Amino acid sequence: MANTKKELAVAALENGTVIDHIPTQSLFKVVNLLGIKNLTGSVTIGFNLDSKKCGKKGIIKVADVFFPEKTLNRIALIAPNAKINVIRGYEVVDKYTVTLPDEIVGIVKCGNPKCITNNEPVETHFHVVDRDNVVLKCHYCERSFKDDEIEII
Amino acid sequence: MSNNSLVSISDFSKDEILELLEDARRFEENPNQNLLSGKVVATLFFEPSTRTRLSFETAINRLGGRVIGFSDASTSSSSKGETLHDTIMMVSNYADLIIMRHYLEGAARYASEFSPVPIINAGDGANQHPSQTMLDLYSMYKTQGTLDNLTITMVGDLKYGRTVHSLLMAMYYFKPRFNFVACEELKMPVEYKIFCEKHGIEYHEYTDFSADVINETDILYMTRVQRERFTDLMEYERVKNLYTLRNSMLEGSKDNLRILHPLPRVNEIAYDVDKNPKAYYFKQAQNGLYARQAIICKVLGIK
Ligand SMILES: [Zn+2]
Repeated sequence: MANTKKELAVAALENGTVIDHIPTQSLFKVVNLLGIKNLTGSVTIGFNLDSKKCGKKGIIKVADVFFPEKTLNRIALIAPNAKINVIRGYEVVDKYTVTLPDEIVGIVKCGNPKCITNNEPVETHFHVVDRDNVVLKCHYCERSFKDDEIEII
Repeated sequence: MSNNSLVSISDFSKDEILELLEDARRFEENPNQNLLSGKVVATLFFEPSTRTRLSFETAINRLGGRVIGFSDASTSSSSKGETLHDTIMMVSNYADLIIMRHYLEGAARYASEFSPVPIINAGDGANQHPSQTMLDLYSMYKTQGTLDNLTITMVGDLKYGRTVHSLLMAMYYFKPRFNFVACEELKMPVEYKIFCEKHGIEYHEYTDFSADVINETDILYMTRVQRERFTDLMEYERVKNLYTLRNSMLEGSKDNLRILHPLPRVNEIAYDVDKNPKAYYFKQAQNGLYARQAIICKVLGIK
């Protein structure tokens, strides 16, 4: 592990979770999706940071919270390359890239106004039919939507 | 929740489809069988469809069952603002099976997730209409003697026509070859072409409804080209007669060719075709009765 200033900034968290490489335009959606505004501990949000990989990026450091991997995978829809660092005692104890789940329940709104989910109190449910191009198929109305058509609730 | 519901034709495996075709054949031989004696079936039509409702209700009556329900949402509790959920829960107290048609897409799938009795989807908006697909399959099976290796030419509105989409998906078990004949504005949507490519199904697209295409066809599946589908009415005026089948166009067609149409037709099949023995659309509608009898017995687990 290179001992650069950036790595030190990450390691400065004693315990908690760092979510790195979030596309800058998705940062606040990720914040919402993870319900970060309801947390009581300290949270550092970095916006429009320079990134070698993707121009500008966002980063979120959450102290003393360890999200289940399933929860973090939900952000793969809007931050497909997000990197997770789990920190305990200033050490990175786990590191992974988020992956899109096969099924997405809640989170995404169906883009079909005639879908039952937009007309009755039904939780939305999508099947990921194409992982590479992020194509979701509504479990109810069976319409498919591409990543640029996907609306997060 | 009941797992026996029929919401989409893809809920059935190849074996189940073949078994249903065989059951439909037996009902055609003898449509009056007292298999639903003592059973009550609800037909809930949140959106009116006289044709489909009469076909289902005839199927129930010929099987000795009783029917409750409504034919129009304006006379039902949903006009008082009751949710679909509550209507289904209420009716499931009375009926052994619910057959429903709804203007919202996904309504039947949703109902099947909480209903204590099985649901048959009789159409959910532009999405699925599996009993129509079953009767189309039965009509093809009956007239061709098989569903395997058929060349199926679909003509007209391939963009919005849900019957052609369901039929396309259901046929993937049977190695079909498709011709899609439509104007630019009503072409087969990309997702169905991807479906074909993914499953190794050969297809060709045409904007011309030509003799060459007709002459290699086993099943000619005609659909209505509706004015309200067009964003550009000039385009509608230009194409409305280009996809009309006339008797003279069938001169060089194969002997086994049969013409299907989900009905009602407007002007896409000229009346001079009706007398041609290859015209099968009225018989096709009658097959709906047997296909629906087979479906009803299947979801209720009656052999
Ligand atoms: Zn939907």
